[in-house]
Amino acid sequence: MIEVRNIHKSFGDLEVLKGVTCHIKPREVVCVIGPSGSGKSTLLRCVNQLEKVNSGRIYIDGEEVTDPGVNIDKVRQQVGMVFQHFNLFPHKTTLENITLAPIKILKLSKSDAEDRAMQLLGKVGLTDKAQIYPNKLSGGQKQRVAIARALAMQPKVMLFDEPTSALDPEMVGEVLAVMRDLAHEGMTMMVVTHEMGFAREVGHRVLFMDEGGIVEEGTPAHIFDSPQNARTQSFLSKVLRA
Amino acid sequence: MEQLIPGVFASNILQNLTDIHGFQVLTGNFTSFLWGALVTLEITVLAVAFGMVLGLIMGLLKLAQHIKITYALATIYIDFFRGTPLFVQILLLHFGILPWFGDFTAFTSAVVACTLNSGAYIAEIVRAGIKAIDPGQMEAGRSLGMNYRQTMWHIILPQAYKVVIPPLINEFIAMLKDTSLVSIIGVSELTLRGKLVYASSWEPAWVWGAVAVIYFVMTKLLAIFGDYMERRLATG
Repeated sequence: MIEVRNIHKSFGDLEVLKGVTCHIKPREVVCVIGPSGSGKSTLLRCVNQLEKVNSGRIYIDGEEVTDPGVNIDKVRQQVGMVFQHFNLFPHKTTLENITLAPIKILKLSKSDAEDRAMQLLGKVGLTDKAQIYPNKLSGGQKQRVAIARALAMQPKVMLFDEPTSALDPEMVGEVLAVMRDLAHEGMTMMVVTHEMGFAREVGHRVLFMDEGGIVEEGTPAHIFDSPQNARTQSFLSKVLRA
Repeated sequence: MEQLIPGVFASNILQNLTDIHGFQVLTGNFTSFLWGALVTLEITVLAVAFGMVLGLIMGLLKLAQHIKITYALATIYIDFFRGTPLFVQILLLHFGILPWFGDFTAFTSAVVACTLNSGAYIAEIVRAGIKAIDPGQMEAGRSLGMNYRQTMWHIILPQAYKVVIPPLINEFIAMLKDTSLVSIIGVSELTLRGKLVYASSWEPAWVWGAVAVIYFVMTKLLAIFGDYMERRLATG
């Protein structure tokens, strides 16, 4: 579903991705873990071309998205993205946040888009918040709306960029629960996260990144219980100690 | 003793005032000043209204740096009109450039010059307003599959306009005062009327004092309107 071939990405003099290759199969949930600055988020943002790669190729569903001639808007319609800071549209209600893109891009009628949005709000447990503006929602509620907004385009893949990192601890669970449901429904997901519990329980495969490269990858059991690489061991010993 | 009776006292003052030549000049030219103020307001409103359209377009072109030609054009336009005096722009357009395109009245020249000048400043206001919006908003719109134009229109601009209103009111006030410069090409707005009345009356303190008060009332009203808008935007 997603194929990343030897991509390099620099910001000025700083090389953030030093040749990353990975592959995500349909219906697979891949969690990307690693220390801050390891390039996890940049990798994710390269997949839907929010960042342009310096070299290498990325394919989504067989289509090369790194090709300069590609219709990137069309590609992004198939790829949902959830941000660390939610990025809800503050001037629109919860419902309007979700219906905007389906109405403008998929040309759904307002009532069809609203039906779809209400269904998704039901899925994330927020039907009562439809007419509310984002500033009246808690962090966890905002992120659940953001997930519903992305799902409204009926994407084939969902990208999550540290979706719980900006949340108060008591709200992390509600967002992870929504993501877990999504995984069980068979959504293809690429999740950059610091939630090791989630990665272990929900992830089919875990990529450990450090210093701009994938250092180790494998099943959650492999990565968490018997990591082979010294850097993986050192990282996990720090984050799992708590 | 009669000064103690307020009504008589007041009527005496009024009697003395109407005896003053300068005051007579003002009352005699009252309607002329009023029409002048109206022309001033007309030029300002037209210039800022057209300037807003022009400024929005130029501000957006300046932001779309990947389209090199329009970016260069917008940059040259903004730099020129912000980097030269409005006074010179008025003279250049009225005597040097517009005559090539036809026979325009001084009023038209004035509106064109003020529009071009205002548009350059508003372009910068628009650009700053858009830049003030969290880049995450553009990313969120684009990641849903909306193109740049759709995201700008549906997501960014509706948020930017709140940021833009206060500096836009400032521009409005500045432009209202600056229109006094078009008196040089013979548009009979407030300042030119003042000049004419002064020339025939030789009452500089009364005439220019009155002109100043009329400008002040207009800008003060605009400022009050601006405060009201700001409060409404803060709550809404």
